[in-house]
Amino acid sequence: MTDKLSKTQDTPPKGTVPMVKAEGVHKSFGHVEVLKGIDLEVKPGEVFCLIGPSGSGKSTFLRCINHLEKVNAGRLYVDGELVGYRQQGEKLYELRDREVAMKRRDIGMVFQRFNLFPHMTALENVMEAPVQVKGVNRTQAKERAMQLLDRVGLADRAGHYPSQLSGGQQQRVAIARALAMDPKLMLFDEPTSALDPELVGDVLDVMRDLAESGMTMVVVTHEMGFAREVGDSLVFMDGGVVVESGHPRDVLTNPQHERTQSFLSKVL
Amino acid sequence: MTDIDKTAGPTDTPPAGAEALKAIPVRHYGRYVAAVIAIAIFGAIIYAFSQGQINWQAVPDYFFDDRITTGVYKTLLLTVLSMLIGIVGGILLAVMRLSKNPVTSSIAWFYIWFFRGTPVLVQLFLWFNLGLVFQYINLMPLYKDEWSNFMTPLLTALLGLGLNEAAYMAEICRAGLLAVDEGQTEAAHALGMSHSKTLRRIIIPQAMRVIVPPTGNEVINMLKTTSLVAAVQYPELFRYAQDIGQNSGAPVEMYFLAAAWYLIMTSVLSVGQYYIERYYARGSSRQLPPTPWQKVKTNMLSLGRPSGGMG
Repeated sequence: MTDKLSKTQDTPPKGTVPMVKAEGVHKSFGHVEVLKGIDLEVKPGEVFCLIGPSGSGKSTFLRCINHLEKVNAGRLYVDGELVGYRQQGEKLYELRDREVAMKRRDIGMVFQRFNLFPHMTALENVMEAPVQVKGVNRTQAKERAMQLLDRVGLADRAGHYPSQLSGGQQQRVAIARALAMDPKLMLFDEPTSALDPELVGDVLDVMRDLAESGMTMVVVTHEMGFAREVGDSLVFMDGGVVVESGHPRDVLTNPQHERTQSFLSKVL
Repeated sequence: MTDIDKTAGPTDTPPAGAEALKAIPVRHYGRYVAAVIAIAIFGAIIYAFSQGQINWQAVPDYFFDDRITTGVYKTLLLTVLSMLIGIVGGILLAVMRLSKNPVTSSIAWFYIWFFRGTPVLVQLFLWFNLGLVFQYINLMPLYKDEWSNFMTPLLTALLGLGLNEAAYMAEICRAGLLAVDEGQTEAAHALGMSHSKTLRRIIIPQAMRVIVPPTGNEVINMLKTTSLVAAVQYPELFRYAQDIGQNSGAPVEMYFLAAAWYLIMTSVLSVGQYYIERYYARGSSRQLPPTPWQKVKTNMLSLGRPSGGMG
């Protein structure tokens, strides 16, 4: 059974601390084992793409990174700190909700279905977390929110409610909302999968721009073009394990593993 | 059967350039027949009442009688206080019911089961007659008194109505909280918001859209249900109307008077509900429905325009 966290060495090596480090990460929902031991490392400033068929566990892994899902076994570190637990000697303690929330401040997340707050305007969506969580005063938060909306090309839509925006615009507001907390890591969970094809480009442009600014990004995506152009590393997952990893250009153009080949032949 | 006319909107204008179709519309003879029957029945009822020996003058005479206005005030007071108990209790019960703690959730379940499953009149009498089994109330350090001093008619009425209402409000609140998409909680948590902040800032405002309409109905229902407390010696509108009716020898007239007051109050409440619903609908529909006043204004403007006269 993998219900208990297996004992592995704690505290990663000092020096260049990876932004995300997974060691034998397991996750089950009931009897279904979704992640069967994931090992990977995301370096600071890197754009890290996760691809794979649906049900391969890539979204689940992403959600483990900010502890929206609890890891059942293995270790997961963000910026050198254990996710969701605190280790004292041999014992692991679950973090309190407050402590988990504290850590999530530094990790931005963008969802497949945007999940904007429908009762707030675009501007209020972006201002919400800085004001409510960080206690930034409203004037400053508003100024910063307007900058961010401008950055994603939606300054003129600040007063619109999500229902008055297109999918692509909603997703760009969602990106601005995540950026408002000044995260050191951004997680993207299939950010373009729910969009009309002609709206995908705008969102990818924003993400590309973000990557160029040096943001560390973990991106679950089906956009192979984006992965090839912008990605620094790429992992192909299937059945809860990492099948193949490497530089996107190598993996996408010259896949070694048979499973990767058959997947890519279908999506490319 | 009467058919509701669905073509009440502005008349269709034919597309410019194309020649409008000239067709004889379908005649709905059934509607004429139904209308005539309905008018006839309505007229018969009016006629019957006009033949009764009703002293209509008594209604305006007593309409603003001191006792009646006191009764109206007390009815409103009772409605507001009972609804407050109901809403606060309902939110508490809904949160208990949804909590992961099995003890609190079963207690909430039991409460709702009991208070929804028994008639409110029975509950009122229960509270009213508790004095037969208790002599003192003793909340050890805080309060100690004789039961009869403690359990006033007002408290009896409030407990009877409010605790009953809490059970209904709990179900309404629970439905509202469950109606909010789980993605909203995730998004809020991912931004680092705590549970309570997520609930307060994200979940409840969205749940309100589901909670407000049935709550408005509950307020209106409560206003009418307060008339039951006449039975437990708390004087309110209905009780006073009854008293005056017996003393002045115009009981039926006084019931009409009470009915008129209840109608006025429920109508005012309905208008208030409309505006509250409109407030919580923001963001959920692209265009808010116009307020009645806005409707009046647009209708006034469109009156001057010749119908169907778009060139």
